[in-house]
Amino acid sequence: MTIEILNVKGLETQFKTPEGIVHAVNGVDFKLNESETLGVVGESGCGKSVSMLSILKLIPQPPGKIVAGNAMFKEQDLLQMSNEEIRHVRGGQISMIFQDPMTSLNPVMTIGKQLAEPLMLHMGFNKEQARDRSIELLELVGIPRAADRLKDYPHQYSGGMRQRVMIAMALSCAPQILIADEPTTALDVTIQAQIVELVIRLREELGMAIIWITHDLGVVASIAHRVAVMYGGFIIEEAPVKELYANPRHPYTIGLIGSLPQIQEQGRKRLYSIEGMPPMLYQKPRSCPFSPRCRWVKERCRNENPLLESINDGHKVACWVDTVTGSERA
Amino acid sequence: MTENEVLVRVEDLKMHFPIYRGVIQRQVGSVRAVDGISFNIHRGETLGLVGESGCGKSTTGRTMLQLYKPTAGKVFFKDIELSSLKNEQMRQMRKNVQMIFQDPYASLNPRMTIRDIIAEPIVAFGTASGKEIDDRVNELMGLVKLDPDFMQRYPHEFSGGQRQRIGIARALANNPSFIVCDEPISALDVSIQAQVINLFEDLQKELDLTYLFIAHDLSMVRHISDRVAVMYLGITVELADRNEIYSNPIHPYTKALLSAIPVADPSFYETRERIVLEGDVPSPANPPSGCRFRTRCPIAEGYCAESRPEFREIMPGHFVECFKADHPDNKRR
Repeated sequence: MTIEILNVKGLETQFKTPEGIVHAVNGVDFKLNESETLGVVGESGCGKSVSMLSILKLIPQPPGKIVAGNAMFKEQDLLQMSNEEIRHVRGGQISMIFQDPMTSLNPVMTIGKQLAEPLMLHMGFNKEQARDRSIELLELVGIPRAADRLKDYPHQYSGGMRQRVMIAMALSCAPQILIADEPTTALDVTIQAQIVELVIRLREELGMAIIWITHDLGVVASIAHRVAVMYGGFIIEEAPVKELYANPRHPYTIGLIGSLPQIQEQGRKRLYSIEGMPPMLYQKPRSCPFSPRCRWVKERCRNENPLLESINDGHKVACWVDTVTGSERA
Repeated sequence: MTENEVLVRVEDLKMHFPIYRGVIQRQVGSVRAVDGISFNIHRGETLGLVGESGCGKSTTGRTMLQLYKPTAGKVFFKDIELSSLKNEQMRQMRKNVQMIFQDPYASLNPRMTIRDIIAEPIVAFGTASGKEIDDRVNELMGLVKLDPDFMQRYPHEFSGGQRQRIGIARALANNPSFIVCDEPISALDVSIQAQVINLFEDLQKELDLTYLFIAHDLSMVRHISDRVAVMYLGITVELADRNEIYSNPIHPYTKALLSAIPVADPSFYETRERIVLEGDVPSPANPPSGCRFRTRCPIAEGYCAESRPEFREIMPGHFVECFKADHPDNKRR
């Protein structure tokens, strides 16, 4: 039995810039179930981070603006909440970890103080309780000599350890949803493996749902249950992880997976490459945003933007063309 | 490709950066960024150099081209020892040895047009003049698949992938034979990476280039390289043919590194056993005694701390720096 915990519909976010309005997110729908991990992949500028930041109203407004949509979390619309209300959700029921652990930690505050802050704020702990819980949390994320290291400042921790501290902080109030925005991108592969391993273990122990934003199709394959691929501010394909990698259906997903070298490859194959580059989003796309780069492109693709539609069990794709047969979808 | 003709030879190269402290700026130690490495690169080959940040892979590339003065060791290009060259001789040598940088945003002067950027090395060496310069720039832009009509534009008008092409055109301007590619694709988006990698491969075939390809993306390195060297804390721990090193890694660090690569195939994770290394890379200012990897090595013994293992050829063409390379503890995957 899957219980839905988050339901986002028609989310649109724009940014005002000197060059004009950037349509970063153009109508994103997705659901998240309890204890499920949803991977959100796409290249820079595709709107993956902006969509997730919008849900928590973490977009600086102005220049950003959430133009439309709703995000139902336990029968409440996060987007309609007042600043005061959403502050109780952030860091409490929904928490977030970011790409760069150095800039997300306060450099002039000890790790102990930073860990205790949300505990005292959201959980009503006193100083002593907060300290004990902080030690537990650091041990949970695998930091040795946790009690001693509370007195240390962020610069005394290595990159991987800082990301562990961020995770400890995000988990401190037992959130129901953890949003991880490229949490391993700044880390080396062996440290990335440690963090992925850690999140998988914590997910099993604590049972929270995770939204994992990344551009790395490899990392997503190792951690997600379901994957949404974004392009030009839209989700263009969504499927259970195995289905997506075995049967990608959107031309962009096919290209993305094909452009990766296979680690098992023996001979030297030429890499499949998607020509051209991602769109500039100064106008809301009226045609399929991928059509200028698509090799299946049909007349209809240049005139109408396809919606995300179910093609089989849990597999949704936004494309006018059936890439298996090469003909237009009915 | 003529096999076995050595184009570049590195012998026991060391690059230590001094650390100064105090009012009189006394040298109190040194960062041993590169600490005694040796390898050959054959003509027409791509040698991949991989490792995590801070392992010394970029320093190796830069020191090889004498952008830093090596602390010790020798670099030969076609039997000419580079560090023995006088300034002007080395400057002339740079026609043959070139570099492509990681960040296509920082490595191009924002106030110069594309034409001027690409023409700069041609003008500097006087290899062409007058109208010939424009013809050459035209030709180079065609070679890297940029539209020559964009010649008068500035770097900010181009995307990351296009800027990297400009950097490549500039490196090719004086027909070099050896190019150090320092993480040339790490700053690019996934769909653009494949475009640039394909370009590197086409150019290599067309112009008979030899590459040292520095990267931390192990699957890309495997794709583009003929042989691969793995670095850890200033030394090369293993070097072998690309298929050999990926199917039969011997050094415990190489094994862990390979097992940590994210693979875009979910079913792969059901069967794979991950070797997750404990801890972090030690500081290169104070590296562990003996074997550099012993502090994180799952099979380290007491004697690993006593002396540094030899970088030895354990099988033809397969070099490993580990005491326990043949030991039963270090079982094959």
